[in-house]
Amino acid sequence: MNSLTLHGILPVLPEIFLALCGMGLLIAGVLRGNSATRPLSWAVMWCFVIAAVFLLGQQWERVELFNGMFVLDQFSGFMKLLILVGLTASIALSVRYLYQENIARFEFPLLILFAGIGMMIMVSANNLLALYMGLELQSLSLYVLATFHRDQAKSAEAGMKYFVLGALASGMLLFGCSLIYGFTGSLDYTEIEAGLSAVSSVNMGVVAGIVFILAGLAFKVSAVPFHMWTPDVYEGSPTAVTALFAMVPKVAAMAVIMRLLFGPFGDAVGEWQQVVWFMAAASMIVGAFAAIVQTNIKRLLAYSSIGNMGYALIGVAAGTQAGAGAVILYMTLYMIMTAGVFGIVLTMRRNGMAAEKIEDLGGLSRTNPMMAYGLALLMFSMSGIPPLAGFFGKFMIFQAAVASHMYVLAVLGVLSSVVAAFYYLRIIKVMFFDEALDPFDKQVAFAKRAVIAVSVVFVVIFVLSPDVLIENSRNAAAALF
Amino acid sequence: MIDFPILSLMTFLPLIGAFFIMLIRGAPDVVARNARFAALYASLFTFALSVYMLMNFNGDTADFQFVEKKAWLPALNIGYHMGVDGISVYFVALSAFLTPICIIASWHSIEHRVKEYMVAFLVLETFMIGTFCALDAILFYVFFEGVLIPMFLIIGIWGGPRRVYASFKFFLYTLLGSVLMLVALLVLYFMNGTTDIPALMETPVAFEVQKWLWLAFFASFAVKMPMWPVHTWLPDAHVEAPTAGSVILAGVLLKMGGYGFLRFSLPMFPEASAYFADFVFWLSVIAIIYTSLVALVQEDMKKLIAYSSVAHMGFVTLGIFTGTTQGVDGAIFQMISHGVISGALFLCVGVVYDRLHTREMGRYGGIVRNMPKYATLFMVFMLGSVGLPGTSGFVGEFLALLGAFRVDTVVAAFATTGVIFGAAYMLVLYRRVVFGPQVNPDAAAMPDVNKREFGILLPLAALVLVLGVFPGTVMKNIEPSVEKLLGQYDAGQKSAAAQPTTEMSALQESADE
Repeated sequence: MNSLTLHGILPVLPEIFLALCGMGLLIAGVLRGNSATRPLSWAVMWCFVIAAVFLLGQQWERVELFNGMFVLDQFSGFMKLLILVGLTASIALSVRYLYQENIARFEFPLLILFAGIGMMIMVSANNLLALYMGLELQSLSLYVLATFHRDQAKSAEAGMKYFVLGALASGMLLFGCSLIYGFTGSLDYTEIEAGLSAVSSVNMGVVAGIVFILAGLAFKVSAVPFHMWTPDVYEGSPTAVTALFAMVPKVAAMAVIMRLLFGPFGDAVGEWQQVVWFMAAASMIVGAFAAIVQTNIKRLLAYSSIGNMGYALIGVAAGTQAGAGAVILYMTLYMIMTAGVFGIVLTMRRNGMAAEKIEDLGGLSRTNPMMAYGLALLMFSMSGIPPLAGFFGKFMIFQAAVASHMYVLAVLGVLSSVVAAFYYLRIIKVMFFDEALDPFDKQVAFAKRAVIAVSVVFVVIFVLSPDVLIENSRNAAAALF
Repeated sequence: MIDFPILSLMTFLPLIGAFFIMLIRGAPDVVARNARFAALYASLFTFALSVYMLMNFNGDTADFQFVEKKAWLPALNIGYHMGVDGISVYFVALSAFLTPICIIASWHSIEHRVKEYMVAFLVLETFMIGTFCALDAILFYVFFEGVLIPMFLIIGIWGGPRRVYASFKFFLYTLLGSVLMLVALLVLYFMNGTTDIPALMETPVAFEVQKWLWLAFFASFAVKMPMWPVHTWLPDAHVEAPTAGSVILAGVLLKMGGYGFLRFSLPMFPEASAYFADFVFWLSVIAIIYTSLVALVQEDMKKLIAYSSVAHMGFVTLGIFTGTTQGVDGAIFQMISHGVISGALFLCVGVVYDRLHTREMGRYGGIVRNMPKYATLFMVFMLGSVGLPGTSGFVGEFLALLGAFRVDTVVAAFATTGVIFGAAYMLVLYRRVVFGPQVNPDAAAMPDVNKREFGILLPLAALVLVLGVFPGTVMKNIEPSVEKLLGQYDAGQKSAAAQPTTEMSALQESADE
């Protein structure tokens, strides 16, 4: 056992820093009460920024800590940075909303902070136990966040659903972990990998373990057939929380899926590939068709996110480094676009009430042209129309699928993207072709404007230099293999 | 030679114009006025550049000219590669020529959201010119698909009563075809490690794989073209689009399909092209005869011209897949000529539509008396569409049929009937609108074309006649490139029993799954 020095602990500094901040701010919150929600939100945002600086200050060369429990490499570094960006954006989107809905309590930013620590540990975990701890820390924080509008039956229902099904998923994951432990004799990723590559054929017990773990994680990314909770939870949760759900936990869970499947279970690729193949295909198809009939924009975005996870899973199913790189790029683009879309959904308020129907966007291009053009660009990007950023995500994914000879999956993917284009276009149609309704309330918080603007500008100018992000995502993927 | 990147300049100049138009602020009428002029200047300057490009184009070589090559996605070996040859150069010029005409044509007919309209048109021009200049398959795809965004908005925002239906149908039909092409492009990319079009043309593909890839590309280009039976989006889109939208749709967007066949299908999949040639012939013949008959019974002028477009595009596909010099030359010429003529016909409909706000033929009649100048110009375009010798329409159709005759006399015989039907429906249109008794007093009171309308129709009419009388000026630039293309096509036939590499046979197996 190597002794920990102050220098040796540097790779885990962002997490430690955030944990200390969380505890300190919690005390401050208790002392100051709910009036401190706004300053605390800003403080948490700054904490994320500082943590990101600490993270960027690292080498990102592979280094293991705490007896191999924790690992920092290109992959976890990149994904954690992405998570921090997403969390910052979701707090920026939430501050004004909390006051508008009269749910401004100081726990809100702190719960996001703790969820963030959980996600970062998930991504950096190199041991099934560490993974489980991180996962539960984020899940428990998120359950509370879903019910944050506790006076509203819908929000309570959403939280309850999320909790019960989430607990079930955690149970399945834990059961899978125990099977893996039983059949390989280890919880450590590195040792599991060594054990699996030593044997010629994978034991059925291990396969069952992988499937259970995958089922638990599929719940977290809301991949079909574990997606049922998504529309209800998205619709019932406060919109700021929905924005968070749509952006960040999926990135973390997808990172865990990649870390596990390409790392310790990399040699069992023949066993899990068909499972992921099915989840990808089913998610895309369900996401595309079920979204068509939605009238509530939050439910629509729930199905849209299910579909998007399907595309990302194509890259996982490819089982190659190119596939992993494509998933990382896809998740990055997905997160940035989702931030912008939810930013706009959060500005949909009439007479102080949140408007959630798609028809509420009617004639937005007349009443608020900037917002309408922003949302239109994001929608075109989400449906994968070049030259917008979303196209490049899909392009890389399909390229990885073709390179792995998964032609059927690629064709299913492009066909469902045409179906999905229909409902994205419907939003554009409502904004541009329909008659104008009363304008939305004017005051939009600066932070929200900034998030929307960054997202839209990114989507448009990505085509000028797509190489930067593609290169980085490929480097991150290389660390997995 | 030109020592500045003229193709990039032409492609992105409209985009810069669009950017400045977006920045215009102020009172609504001032904004509209400034937007119109800014769009006009940007597109006119682009047109001037295209004329300069044509003057500097070397018609003796089949090589790509004005080539630009820059790194874009070096990690994936995908580059920003632009260039034109005899096949594409006139399409670039056509796009640059029609855009200012469209902007002038919309000067008064578009009253609301002028700024957005002009931005959409300039963005559209960027994508159109980019499509014809791109020499990298992915770059081509980006431009080719990008066209959907502005066109969707143009039809949907400024279109007629059923604009929502038409714009969705247009978008989804075209997207469905294109995404299949994307998968095929990715397969090509995976096999060759490059998406450079000249490089892809040099690389042979095993026949079994070719068939699949050819079908995927066909799905995209056949919808765009449009070929029977996937043409149904076109009449809807044309009828609902504003006049200028129809002009661009018929004038340029349809040509992207034919251009795609020439740039991808024929040189890259020669054996598959020959294998499916009969299939294409019969689809073309059905398109020519069936849509001509449909055009014959239309009451709506725009719908009639839309169906006539499908029929005329039938000659183009027929010519392309004959694989003969005459056929391909004729197809290219027919596309250029149809771009001018059908654009002009839609403008003619727009002129009377602006006055009476109906496209029904029965609401007009006898307008030759009050609109003699209009009737004359309309006649030129009508005869061009019929394919009268001396107009540009004749040259293309004649060559395409000649090519078809060399390959398959039965097909050629059936296709030739389309010329007769073409004459029938165009003459019916002309007679009912322009001649006959003046039954409708409001139609009889319409003023003749004003200076603006005359100014945009006259150059088009002149072009129809010049191209008809001196086709050689255009042909001599096209021919070397067509010879090279057919050289690749024939070489592909000869090496039919080519030696498939192991990688390709592996791909076949999985493609057959």
